[in-house]
Amino acid sequence: MTGRASYFSGEGITLRFGGVTALRDVAFSVSEGTVHAMIGPNGAGKTSLFNVITGLYAPDSGTVRFAGASLSGLPPHAVAQAGIVRTFQNLEIFTNMTVLENVLTGAHLSAKYGPFDFFLRTPRYFREERRLREEALAELSFVGLEGDASLPAAQLPFGSQRMLEIARALAAHPRLLLLDEPAAGLNIRETSALGELIRKIVARGVTVVMVEHDMALVMDISDRVTVLNYGEVLADGTPAEVQRNPAVVAAYLGEED
Amino acid sequence: MSSIRETSSAPGLALFAAAIVAAPFLLPDYYQSVLIVAGLFAILSMGLNLLMGYAGQISLGHAAFYGLSAYASGILTTTFHWPVPAGIAAGVVLSGVTAALIGIPTLKLKGHYLAMGTLGFGVIVYIVFNEAVALTAGPSGLTGIPRLSAFGKIFSTDREYYFVVWGTVFLLFVLARNLVRSRMGRALRAIHTSESAASVLGIDVARYKAFVFVLSAVYAGIAGALYAHFVTFISPGSFSFHASTQVVTMVVLGGMASLWGAVAGAVFLTVLPEWLRAIEDYDILVYGAILVLTMRFLPGGLAEGVERVLSALASIFRGKAKASGGEGKKP
Amino acid sequence: MPFSSILQFIVSGVTVGATYGLTALGFTMIYNTTGIINFAQGEFVMLGGMLAVFSMKWGGLPLPVAVPLSVLLVTAVGVGVDRLTIRPMRGRPTVSLVIVTIGVAILLRGGAMLLFGKDTHSLPPFSEGPAIPIGGAALLPQSIWVLGITLAVLVAMKLFFDRTITGKAMLACACDRKAASLMGINVDVMVTVSFAFSALVGALGGVILAPITLTAYDVGILLGLKGFAACILGGLGNPFGAVAGGLIIGVLESLGAGFLSSGYKDAIAFVILLALLFLRPSGLFGKASADRV
Repeated sequence: MTGRASYFSGEGITLRFGGVTALRDVAFSVSEGTVHAMIGPNGAGKTSLFNVITGLYAPDSGTVRFAGASLSGLPPHAVAQAGIVRTFQNLEIFTNMTVLENVLTGAHLSAKYGPFDFFLRTPRYFREERRLREEALAELSFVGLEGDASLPAAQLPFGSQRMLEIARALAAHPRLLLLDEPAAGLNIRETSALGELIRKIVARGVTVVMVEHDMALVMDISDRVTVLNYGEVLADGTPAEVQRNPAVVAAYLGEED
Repeated sequence: MSSIRETSSAPGLALFAAAIVAAPFLLPDYYQSVLIVAGLFAILSMGLNLLMGYAGQISLGHAAFYGLSAYASGILTTTFHWPVPAGIAAGVVLSGVTAALIGIPTLKLKGHYLAMGTLGFGVIVYIVFNEAVALTAGPSGLTGIPRLSAFGKIFSTDREYYFVVWGTVFLLFVLARNLVRSRMGRALRAIHTSESAASVLGIDVARYKAFVFVLSAVYAGIAGALYAHFVTFISPGSFSFHASTQVVTMVVLGGMASLWGAVAGAVFLTVLPEWLRAIEDYDILVYGAILVLTMRFLPGGLAEGVERVLSALASIFRGKAKASGGEGKKP
Repeated sequence: MPFSSILQFIVSGVTVGATYGLTALGFTMIYNTTGIINFAQGEFVMLGGMLAVFSMKWGGLPLPVAVPLSVLLVTAVGVGVDRLTIRPMRGRPTVSLVIVTIGVAILLRGGAMLLFGKDTHSLPPFSEGPAIPIGGAALLPQSIWVLGITLAVLVAMKLFFDRTITGKAMLACACDRKAASLMGINVDVMVTVSFAFSALVGALGGVILAPITLTAYDVGILLGLKGFAACILGGLGNPFGAVAGGLIIGVLESLGAGFLSSGYKDAIAFVILLALLFLRPSGLFGKASADRV
């Protein structure tokens, strides 16, 4: 890694559950405007790392820095306020809402009105709600769900629910988007559409970090790859470098093919 | 459900206002006092529904907030001769502040600590009402509380009081509806489904839960103070654990996350015992059965039931083409 | 206050506290397999005492038959509660399940009121005999029964968790329900077993307590709440902490009633509960940090 300060980085991250060490001295570095993949066998600690980054877990040691500031000790909502938003591996759709309402909830932070405005329905409330609605509909068409806005979210097919989670996250105007296994459960066609979508997201100026098992997708769209194994960083480099790394081949890629 | 939420509620509100105005002229005088009590319970259950139906947090101590305000306003106006509006204001503030003291630490925890915390709090408050005889007159109750008066006007007849109570119901309904259809309402429903997902979208989960808990206690406080200055005599029995479960039952029966349901549940469960005098001794069983059966078979309560009937009727009118499937099954 | 009185308060506090501990144990078991707090737990305790009283009164059964019969019946009730309400609602939000247990609690309490009436009752002590004096305090023979049975339950539990497959599977459920079901553990069965267990220990607490304090259809609310306070004190999910929590609450309550005022006795457990929720929600024996949002 070069000496310049990186956009988004972690250092010395260690996380233990009782006697089990889920993450051991993990470090990573992500450049602005890139797609960065975290890969590794099941149980390698990828999702745990996302949970640490977003403040859902407090690590035993280590720091995460984003855009020059430390995220240590920040609760999840403050991490989101700092510009980092994520999706979940086991979809966390708000099943008690419509598709549109899910995305509107994602826009929570960008809604600029308070209790006074909504209790008394000031002009600002109406203006902001109208703006949020337009933005939310735009995000839905960005991911290809423009026709489903008024459906109950629980009625969407699985693949569409994944897209909905991405639209909901984008509505929060993230600078950094964390995708936790976005291709899991998608068919080949849906996966290739996802690849296109991720490219479009990066083109909007959002940095993307994803945990993913689908090697074709990872190798296709990632600028850099970090390989985790048993909670430790095994390798880090461009997709081509990682693919050639014998340790990675032994630990991970070998068992896939 | 969603379609209803997104349509304008102005016609519904106008109908609601008309029903409030018309009811005392259409019903026998006896029902005015029943409807006043129903209105007080409607305020309680709207507040609890914001907490339980929308945010998914259970309070089993709402009778305590109801009672704190009733006793505070009762004691201040009777023993200390405060003007009634000042007593009511003090009662409502006391309920809200107490809720903040309980809620802020408890709601930082995941899980249903609030349910037990409020249940324990309810028991303590009930014991204090009984034991602090010097202040509350103990089990025999506080008498001689003045009727509501403001700006030189005393609301002495039931009809006048009916309009005070249901005017308040209407106002609080509109405020609650405005909350529900805002970023905060969406945040509360998000918290109900997944606190993790809500928090990573930037929603300060603990703060929103605490806010809505305090708000629901303020609703309970308003109902309590209005109750004290209506009946002019209060005793601990009205604020027991049983009263708290009654409000929970009204919310569940009416429909979680439905403000109309909260009002309907309160009116239904207040008026029903008037018709069925025979069940007086069994009412505890009826409440238990309603809770279990509604949750098991009609999780959306009366609101969902009505919606199912309406959509069934609509599909009959539209011909049977689209009758199968249907939105009615959605929670 | 003389030392002998203090000792007396401690002795009776430990006795009553042991039954709070058993109630707390019931909360813990169901919480571990389902993640819900079972509001009907106190009603299991009430039913234990009441069914024993009435199988003697109406059925003419001798005490040694009435007590195990009552415990078995309540265990069956526990299984019934799971099969009729909790199992058909798998996958629903925990709020809904908790509300259902509140409904079940009210139903059980109302049913007991209709069936047995509103009077208070007591059960004869398990064995006759004079109180045993220790250091100026008197230890009732029933207290020895209470402590002995509580101890026996704890030993049996320890063996169950350490030595049997079902016990180990239940611990696995407690750690991670999703993973447990992936590993082939039948979570449904575990939940039923936990309801049966909770009802059983709850009923045991109820029958051993009934000869000391009185019992009635509505004692379940307070007993349940105190058991829950014990459960939080011991660290929610920790079975042995639960029993220790019960003992501590029993003693504090007994001392508080003696030194302060008996009118406020029932409030003591809840003041402890609220103080714990504020200061140390993970309990005395729990992990350093509770699950915060």
